[in-house]
Amino acid sequence: MSNNEKLSANIEEYLETIYKISQNEKIVKTSRISKDLSITSASVSEMLKKLDKMDYVNYSQYKGVKLTENGLKVAKRITRKHRLLERFLRDILKLKDHILHDQACEMEHSLSDDAERALCQVLEHPDKCPDDRVIPACDLKFTTCEECMSRKEEEVNEVGKRNENLIPIMELEKEQKGKVSFIRGDYKVIRRLLDMGITIGASISVIKIAPLSGPVEVAIRGSKLAIGRDIACNVFVELMEA
Amino acid sequence: MNTANDNKANEFTQKSHTENPEGLKVNEKNITIALAGNANVGKSVVFNELTGSNQIIGNWPGKTVERAEGKLRFEGHDIKVIDLPGIYSFSTYSMEEIVSREYIAFEKPDVVINVVDASVLERNLFFTIQLKEMNVPMVVCVNQVDLAKQKGIIIDTEKLEAALGVPVVSTVAIRGEGLHELMEVATEIAFNKTKNKNTTIEYGAEVENRIKKLTELIQSKNLNLGYPSRWVAIKLLENDIEIRKLVESKSRDIVNTAYDLAREIEDIHKEPSFAVIASERYFFANQFAHGAQLQSDIKITFSERLDKLVTHRVLGYFISALVVGGLLLWTFVVGDFFSSLLTSAFGFFHPVNPQVAGPIVIILWNGAFGGIVAGVTLVLPFVIPFYLMLSLIENSGILTRVAFMMDSAMHKIGLHGKALIPMILGYGCNVPAIESTRILETRRERLLAAFAITFAPCAARTIVILGLVAVFVSVWWALALYAIDILVMFILGRIALKVVPGETSGLIMEMHTFKVPSLSVAAKQTWSRTKSLIYVVFPVYIIGSALIQGLYALGLLTPIANFLAPITVVWLGLPVIAGVVLIFGAVRKEFTLLMLVALFGTNLAAILTPIQFIILALVSMLFIPCLATLTILLREFGWKATTSIALANIITAIIVGGLFYRLIGPFV
Repeated sequence: MSNNEKLSANIEEYLETIYKISQNEKIVKTSRISKDLSITSASVSEMLKKLDKMDYVNYSQYKGVKLTENGLKVAKRITRKHRLLERFLRDILKLKDHILHDQACEMEHSLSDDAERALCQVLEHPDKCPDDRVIPACDLKFTTCEECMSRKEEEVNEVGKRNENLIPIMELEKEQKGKVSFIRGDYKVIRRLLDMGITIGASISVIKIAPLSGPVEVAIRGSKLAIGRDIACNVFVELMEA
Repeated sequence: MNTANDNKANEFTQKSHTENPEGLKVNEKNITIALAGNANVGKSVVFNELTGSNQIIGNWPGKTVERAEGKLRFEGHDIKVIDLPGIYSFSTYSMEEIVSREYIAFEKPDVVINVVDASVLERNLFFTIQLKEMNVPMVVCVNQVDLAKQKGIIIDTEKLEAALGVPVVSTVAIRGEGLHELMEVATEIAFNKTKNKNTTIEYGAEVENRIKKLTELIQSKNLNLGYPSRWVAIKLLENDIEIRKLVESKSRDIVNTAYDLAREIEDIHKEPSFAVIASERYFFANQFAHGAQLQSDIKITFSERLDKLVTHRVLGYFISALVVGGLLLWTFVVGDFFSSLLTSAFGFFHPVNPQVAGPIVIILWNGAFGGIVAGVTLVLPFVIPFYLMLSLIENSGILTRVAFMMDSAMHKIGLHGKALIPMILGYGCNVPAIESTRILETRRERLLAAFAITFAPCAARTIVILGLVAVFVSVWWALALYAIDILVMFILGRIALKVVPGETSGLIMEMHTFKVPSLSVAAKQTWSRTKSLIYVVFPVYIIGSALIQGLYALGLLTPIANFLAPITVVWLGLPVIAGVVLIFGAVRKEFTLLMLVALFGTNLAAILTPIQFIILALVSMLFIPCLATLTILLREFGWKATTSIALANIITAIIVGGLFYRLIGPFV
């Protein structure tokens, strides 16, 4: 491995860790990163400063770390690869649970985007990793998985990649508005969502989220719908300015 | 309860007489009106207000979907009204959707009244557009305009009429407002169909051109499909499986062309063609709704404040518990009152005694009569008040919020929030509860729900718990048994989830506005839920009771009880006679109690120890679904599933009963 590649794998690992922590905690602290990566706080600080300069994170010693749009994109892509790989290792290769994580960690940095798409198709666009964490959406400009399944590899370049970060509606904050851009899942789920007004391009906002991983209540086209978490983690939006 | 509706129906009738004294002059003809629309728009209220008590509720032939039909007389016409099931679209192939679309296409009602919710106009118009595509004479009824007004939404019906090309009438059905006008417009359309301009809604050019091309091709083939050609064309482009199959059997050519055209649309839009067409429909729905809607300041209504409270992250759970608890409390108080009233009435002219010596005919008759008495005095008085209150809670919108709060708990047993309603119904009687699992999406979910329901402490089980444990041991043990029952239900639900493979279809549920529920709708719903109790439970009670008492009188049950002794006596610590009592309990749960009283008199404490009371109640509660429940399981799921469920219940009862016997032995 060349120096350059090592650096990028290292960066990816950092961003992935920050992303994972930020899913559960409001403020990502240096100490938490150092614990997760088993690296001294001093080295973590050093690296975070570097990442700040590269516009991957915003870092200040007291406020903690926050991913920039740029950083989020890298973090999501690598997290997606990691979680897809975990699924692959478990569902297809039938590996034992305790080795999944470490194995996926090593493979994720060398998995190409084409291989990622193929993997996703073979696994029938899974939505969660074995630990029940949501797999981020892919960054190809598809609106549904059906579309992706019907395209050949050569056509994918034509489709292109998204610029914006997609977030599942369950990660929207209260009162935040999003534009429905991608729905993951099979025909039936998409159909049900379309009929209730959740079409591609429609604007949607979260009214409330039930506690204990209950459903999300959304406002769409003047109506209010309760959507279970399992479906809410498959409806992706682009954030809209309020 | 129905007097208000009767008056209304009469009002229509009277009017017709005054205006039309001979009753012959104008079109004396029968017409058929179908009501169609989304769920929760007040469609049933419109139906009830129009037809009053003049209704027949049954099933669609060969389908497990409820069919409601009513009659009214309006301005000299006999009008038949069909209430179609509440649906959102014609696309998911649910039974309700297929029933509706086949009815509209093949039975050709004279006019379809599309009931829409004024507060959620856009989403409702999505369905209106699809109805228009079916090319039926129609009237749009914008209902609940009062609730919309409270939210600051006013609908300009003239503008909506112009946009849709069909007449629009606004109503507040629950108060009968606007219904007379609605009927006037509807009958006018029925007799003079040209009045219905029913303009075609044209899609965007790239879609529209392909629709036209396909429509022409379909027309040229003269297939006689029963559906309008344009509608078939759109459905084929949407890749509707049912319609594709229908057309494929007559012309492969059309299907192939449709496939190519759909593919072209997908290439242009980079979206599946069904998504493109849905988006287009919503685009029109949005335009029509916004064109006709005057939205003043968005007002925070009382309903929304209530909503915040009921779904509060902490308080919400208390309120949910309060709602369910209150419902049960109401049932016991009201049910107990009516039950004792009816029992004394029946006891007056015929004391019920399950143990009779004498000629077999008398024994059989006595058993059968006991079955009727038990149904009337022990089940109906509890179940009817329970279902009435439940319907009121359901129609007010509170239950939707409870389902919202309980969704994650229901996921633990492979179900989602909507399954809460059948589960709660199970507390009244398992039979209608299992029937109502039809609201769930897949057979697997229905099966999981039905399995959990067979453990739900229904009215009859409650009688056993109260009669044996609360009276002879303590109320606390009775409550503990209730809690254990719910725990068993939950644990077995978890196990069943592991055994029955498949995915859980997620929750997508409309959170409709809170409203004052209609008593007549609730009464009707209570009847349709209690109906199965009378058609299924009563016959089974009567025949089963007669048979089991006959067998007992012939001395055929004692050998079985002796055979069961290793389980009942050794493992469960019960007396030998418990075997007989439990066999009786398999017919009707509350027979357990009645049988004991018949055999030993009311002083049961002399016969059983406290721990035996508890174990007997526990085992009889769990050990097998009663005969009526088995019957309904058989009808809904077939013998395989029924046998598995029954076996699972028996094994659970034996294991839980035996373990419990050893566990609590030292404490009681």
